[in-house]
Amino acid sequence: MFVLTGYEYLLGFLLVCGFVPVLALTASKLVRPSRRGPVRRTTYESGMEPVGGAWIQFNIRYYMFALVFVVFDVETVFLYPWAVAFSQLGLLAFVEALIFITILVIGLVYAWRKGALEWS
Amino acid sequence: MNPGIDLQGTFIESLQGFGLPAGAAKAIWMPLPMLIVLVGSTVAVLIAVWMERKVSAAAQQRIGPEYIGPLGILAPLADGLKLVFKEDIIPAKADKWLFTFGPMIVVIPVFLSFLIVPFGENLLISDVGMGVFLWIALSSVVPIGLLMSGYASNNKYSLLGGLRATAQSLAYEIPLALAVMAIAMMSNSLSTVDIVQHQSGYGLLGWNVWRQPFGFVIFFIAALAECERTPFDLPEAEEELVAGYQTEYSGMKFALFYLGSYVNLTLSALLVSILYLGGWEAPIPVGLISSTFNISDTTPWLQVITGAIGILMTLLKTYALVFFIVLIRWTIPRVRIDQLLNLGWKFLLPVALANLLATAGLKLTFPAFFGG
Repeated sequence: MFVLTGYEYLLGFLLVCGFVPVLALTASKLVRPSRRGPVRRTTYESGMEPVGGAWIQFNIRYYMFALVFVVFDVETVFLYPWAVAFSQLGLLAFVEALIFITILVIGLVYAWRKGALEWS
Repeated sequence: MNPGIDLQGTFIESLQGFGLPAGAAKAIWMPLPMLIVLVGSTVAVLIAVWMERKVSAAAQQRIGPEYIGPLGILAPLADGLKLVFKEDIIPAKADKWLFTFGPMIVVIPVFLSFLIVPFGENLLISDVGMGVFLWIALSSVVPIGLLMSGYASNNKYSLLGGLRATAQSLAYEIPLALAVMAIAMMSNSLSTVDIVQHQSGYGLLGWNVWRQPFGFVIFFIAALAECERTPFDLPEAEEELVAGYQTEYSGMKFALFYLGSYVNLTLSALLVSILYLGGWEAPIPVGLISSTFNISDTTPWLQVITGAIGILMTLLKTYALVFFIVLIRWTIPRVRIDQLLNLGWKFLLPVALANLLATAGLKLTFPAFFGG
């Protein structure tokens, strides 16, 4: 039986936790020195003059991984209720989940064979 | 079953004894466990940092921090103080708002995850039904903060570090979730309290690590990758990326990253001990000893001792794991990014799926042994 109890603590704790970094940054703001110069605020590149910015278009290389991730992440979300209620569902649900996972494994094998899981 | 001490119930009842309405009494109670857990987790981080430095020193035959406090135990505190007084630098080219929000988004979910960490049957902030699933959800928020600060820094090292953090989290989140799912299946619940109670009664032999050996290894590796510890510390690999996503950070914002990563380490060790090593359960069940001496479970002093042993056991297991993780740092070299992704996608994911199906099959065949 799933009842929504105890979640008021989640909300309360979220507020308390959200307060932690704000408090830390404000406290530090009150005591720290601030001496700003133009050189001090340049981008760090191991002592070299920075060449160009970082906000450019480039190949992040794991686009395909991200797509496969979405498939499997949704799969895990679907499987969680099945896993928790497994003892009440019995054999039929096991077979159903087996079919579901088999389809996904075929997808994984396909992605693997197609080279989507290669860092090239 | 021993219900354990119910601090909340007692506290609210005694306040009602003074004539307060139930709602007000609960409102007074609510912030107390939260503040205790926040302070406790910060102290836990200081201890973890001290352990890291001391054990690293021992592994390299150095002495490590020595002068600040006995055995240098106050060194992490001094580090923290130094960071509070340090100047805060925001690079001229950076995106000011994202640069500030990045570390905040990293820190908030890790602290929030302590909501579900139990130190005893009633010794946790709230036993929400989602339990470990909430932790999995929260742990996937952290890389967003890392990517955000990496992008906002407008620095090549930072951006690459942030992107690596994302790739790593993509690869290891699914094995982690699948390993937890096998545990949830055995315990018929996602609640951390139910999961520990399911391991209770037989002491050392009842722990999940015996029934889920593969799950334990998968979870441990994935947890290492999730909190970016060596051999999976690619996002902040100092030889390649200076300091990865935190290259441009200084002062308190850097301290937040530092805090976040060590809270995450402690949290992962806590969850390994809760999910696989019996949480607050002692290797020899306390209930067994008390029943041999014919002491009732509801005796007040026994309940206090049980609670204290529970906290002690949880912390012992956690710090033993932290010690082990620090040793791993000085034993195993860092992996390459393609090796990291191969390990996640081509090894851990299939093994985790097989482990889940094997657990389901075994649960059908031996329901008594795998939680009915």
